[in-house]
Amino acid sequence: MTVSTSAKSLIGSFTPEAFAAHLARVSHLPTWWLDRKRAAYERFAALPLPKRTDEGWRFASLSGIALDGFRSPDAVTLAQTAHREIGVTGAGTMLFANHKLVFSEPISAELAARGVIFDTLQNALLKHSVLVRAHLLTQPPKLGSEKFAALHEAFLEDGAFIYVPKNLEVALPLGVFHYAAGQGAAVFPHTLIVADDHAKVTVADFFRSSETVGAALRRDSETQFACGGNDIHVGHGANVTYVAMQDWSREALSFQFNATVVRRDAKVLSVNLHAGARQARHESFSQLQAPGAHSEMLALTIAHGTQEFDQRTLQIHQAPNTSSNLLYKNALLDQTKTIFSGLIVVDPDAQKTDAYQSNRNLMLSADAEANSLPGLEIQANDVRCSHGATSARIDAEQEFYLQSRGIAKAQADELLVFGFFEEVLAKIENQELHDQLATIIRRKFKDN
Amino acid sequence: MKPPTEVESAPTENPVVGIDQSKGDFQYDVKYEFDAGTGLSERTIDYISAAKKEASWIKDFRLAALKTFQSKPMPTHWATEDLNNINFDKIRYYLASGQKPKRSWDEVPDDIKKTFERLGIPEQERKFLAGVEAQFDSEAAYSNIKDIVAKQGVIFCNSTEALREHPEIFRKWFGKVIPVGDNKFSALNGAVFSGGSFIYVPPGVKVTHPLQAYFRINAENFGQFERTLIIVDEGAEVTYMEGCTAPKFSTSTLHSAVVELVAMKGAKIQYITVQNWANNVFNLVTKRGLAHEEAEIKWIDCNIGSRLTMKYPGVILKGRKARGEVLSIALANDGQHQDTGAKMIHAADETTSNIIAKSISVGQGRSTYRGQVHIPRHLKGCRNNTECDALLINTNSRTDTYPAITVRGDLNAVQHEASVSKVNEEMIFYMQQRGLTEGQAMSLAVNGFINDLARQFPMEYSVELKRLIDLEMEGSVG
Repeated sequence: MTVSTSAKSLIGSFTPEAFAAHLARVSHLPTWWLDRKRAAYERFAALPLPKRTDEGWRFASLSGIALDGFRSPDAVTLAQTAHREIGVTGAGTMLFANHKLVFSEPISAELAARGVIFDTLQNALLKHSVLVRAHLLTQPPKLGSEKFAALHEAFLEDGAFIYVPKNLEVALPLGVFHYAAGQGAAVFPHTLIVADDHAKVTVADFFRSSETVGAALRRDSETQFACGGNDIHVGHGANVTYVAMQDWSREALSFQFNATVVRRDAKVLSVNLHAGARQARHESFSQLQAPGAHSEMLALTIAHGTQEFDQRTLQIHQAPNTSSNLLYKNALLDQTKTIFSGLIVVDPDAQKTDAYQSNRNLMLSADAEANSLPGLEIQANDVRCSHGATSARIDAEQEFYLQSRGIAKAQADELLVFGFFEEVLAKIENQELHDQLATIIRRKFKDN
Repeated sequence: MKPPTEVESAPTENPVVGIDQSKGDFQYDVKYEFDAGTGLSERTIDYISAAKKEASWIKDFRLAALKTFQSKPMPTHWATEDLNNINFDKIRYYLASGQKPKRSWDEVPDDIKKTFERLGIPEQERKFLAGVEAQFDSEAAYSNIKDIVAKQGVIFCNSTEALREHPEIFRKWFGKVIPVGDNKFSALNGAVFSGGSFIYVPPGVKVTHPLQAYFRINAENFGQFERTLIIVDEGAEVTYMEGCTAPKFSTSTLHSAVVELVAMKGAKIQYITVQNWANNVFNLVTKRGLAHEEAEIKWIDCNIGSRLTMKYPGVILKGRKARGEVLSIALANDGQHQDTGAKMIHAADETTSNIIAKSISVGQGRSTYRGQVHIPRHLKGCRNNTECDALLINTNSRTDTYPAITVRGDLNAVQHEASVSKVNEEMIFYMQQRGLTEGQAMSLAVNGFINDLARQFPMEYSVELKRLIDLEMEGSVG
């Protein structure tokens, strides 16, 4: 055992030379940002890889976490990404392929005139340095991936910046696409959302691997490394809906870090769909900082083949009268494995907190494995906190009903999964986004 | 998961300011011909082994355990940092008979005397429990029970006697349910164990009298590193009770027991614990049962005392249709941390387990539920139900829940539910309207909270438990 762990490199492909080459590409960006990147690289290189005894990695397969064999990807064109529209028109789109913006549809002139910013992170770093500095990666990673979060900060090249000024509502969803293309591609997507007081916005974040046009390889067979993050800052009375769809190559290793800060009377709804990658870890950290703040954290995972999905969440209630609701639903087929580890923390003065946390695992195979670690740490007494976790097959009567109608197993599974997921899908008000999620889920059944 | 809110600070004498955790401390004359002194080394083990005139395999077992204990790190990557406050060099690991604690009745703190009175503990027992007398004359009661069960072929004796007189029965299972290397503290126990109960119940025998360690251990000394092994043969049944509700002063601030239960085919074991150590005691206990086909093991575990208790009674469900159950009540008051829970390891088809845990945190008390439910691959028809309810009495009380559930395959079902609440204000208001004081109303509500679990305790235990809760609730409100 010691042989295999010591053989693993602490930095893998992310060598000082690779970092120097990356810095050279972003040398025009502000000094404070470059300094932070240098510090982040040092942290990344010094921190150990996760160990068996790390509580934050309990049940995770550490053998699959290796940093070798990746490279800074080549530039690709829009045509090479074989981009499919989502049908959300007129609201603004940015499309990144291997970090480069290859397509964009700007927001309306009226929104721009009223102060909405929808731009690349690089442009924002130059034009709105103060605003970006106050919000970009400002929340410390707390869920175990300090090393990979530092790697993300060090190699983050470009991403999306969204700012909605006070009292402004953006009606149509904004779409951000992050493509990874090519064997061994390492990508570091980022989306930064800042909603000022009483603003309202919906953002959809897509993570996809593109087909290598002209090559024989299918998109799902390319080994890739994705280490992405997003920051969501929800000002007083603001309302943010964030929908993320992770559909990386089935051979990708994926890390994703979310940090959400919710202020007074603000609301945030986040929905994460996990479908892609060989092994994917998602960390979500919500802070409810002022009275009336509400965070709704929903996730759907559809696992097939030998995929492993590792989801870690933390909801911290830092002020009285805040509420949060977490619902993570996993459907497990074949030889898959899921881990849900959640923690609700209620600080000593956060009286009247109302927090809920629920993990439901639908077991659709004899070889799938579901792990649940729903945790609570409560330091105030006048609270309503509860959690629940279940792992089971579908109700035998429902199954019998489907069989008696002559519906084949695979089709029945699909129906059952949609029925199981509907509770979360129904929360997405925008029809196009709703359909997009359904398409990704359906594709999982077609592939089988 | 490591609690992110845990403040990592240097070890402190008392975790809560203003709590005197030294009131249970004892003083001794150090006479080296009578004991092994303080600290732990191979010499300590030589001494214990010689004093007990043990077979060489037991001494080898102890020495191997000592090595394991010394090589294992403190489990503070998941457990509380308070463990670092244990000073292993200051601990007395073995006391030979003849040593008596120096303490007079006048030195016993008033609140303890009051507790004895309120609980209705007989005068004679009070002195013993307070540590004024090292021996309490319960010999008569003990031999009485021993004689009755001996007629049924039951063996009921201490660990030294059992391993000397009946190795053919006990050696087979000794250290098998909980291997020495299970954790740091089970290894410590393996090195220095003494006292405890070894019980064998022959096939088909249903022991009608609950066996009480209280009588037996009193006749010797309090078990500091108790070792208990209960083997119940096919179709036999036994109920075992450990501890009592009265606060106990121990001769040491570290208690680390190992309890192993073996239920053969169709056997039933019920193990009841009421723990009420003084609040200077680290109580780090490993308890596990092995249930064969159609056997049933039930742990009823009630923790009221100690500074820090870490105890997760478990059942390995090894045979088809085996059943495991843990009913747990924890009460944490100022300066106390009750870190309790349960483990259910399903290793055969159609096994079922049930965990019901209720905790009450008063003042700055902290209660933690930590649990594990494990259903590995290729099993079918396994079921687990877990319910954890926490009640927080004061604004600064604390509770945590850390379950870990693994399920493989689609033919098993588990459910886990936990809730945290405070006492309903309307309920208190209603009772106050009917003329109860707020304190009385609060204890009635708390007793109601644990009532369905307390009902499963033997009658005298549940009566004492109720009085104890009344006592703990006094002064917690207003």
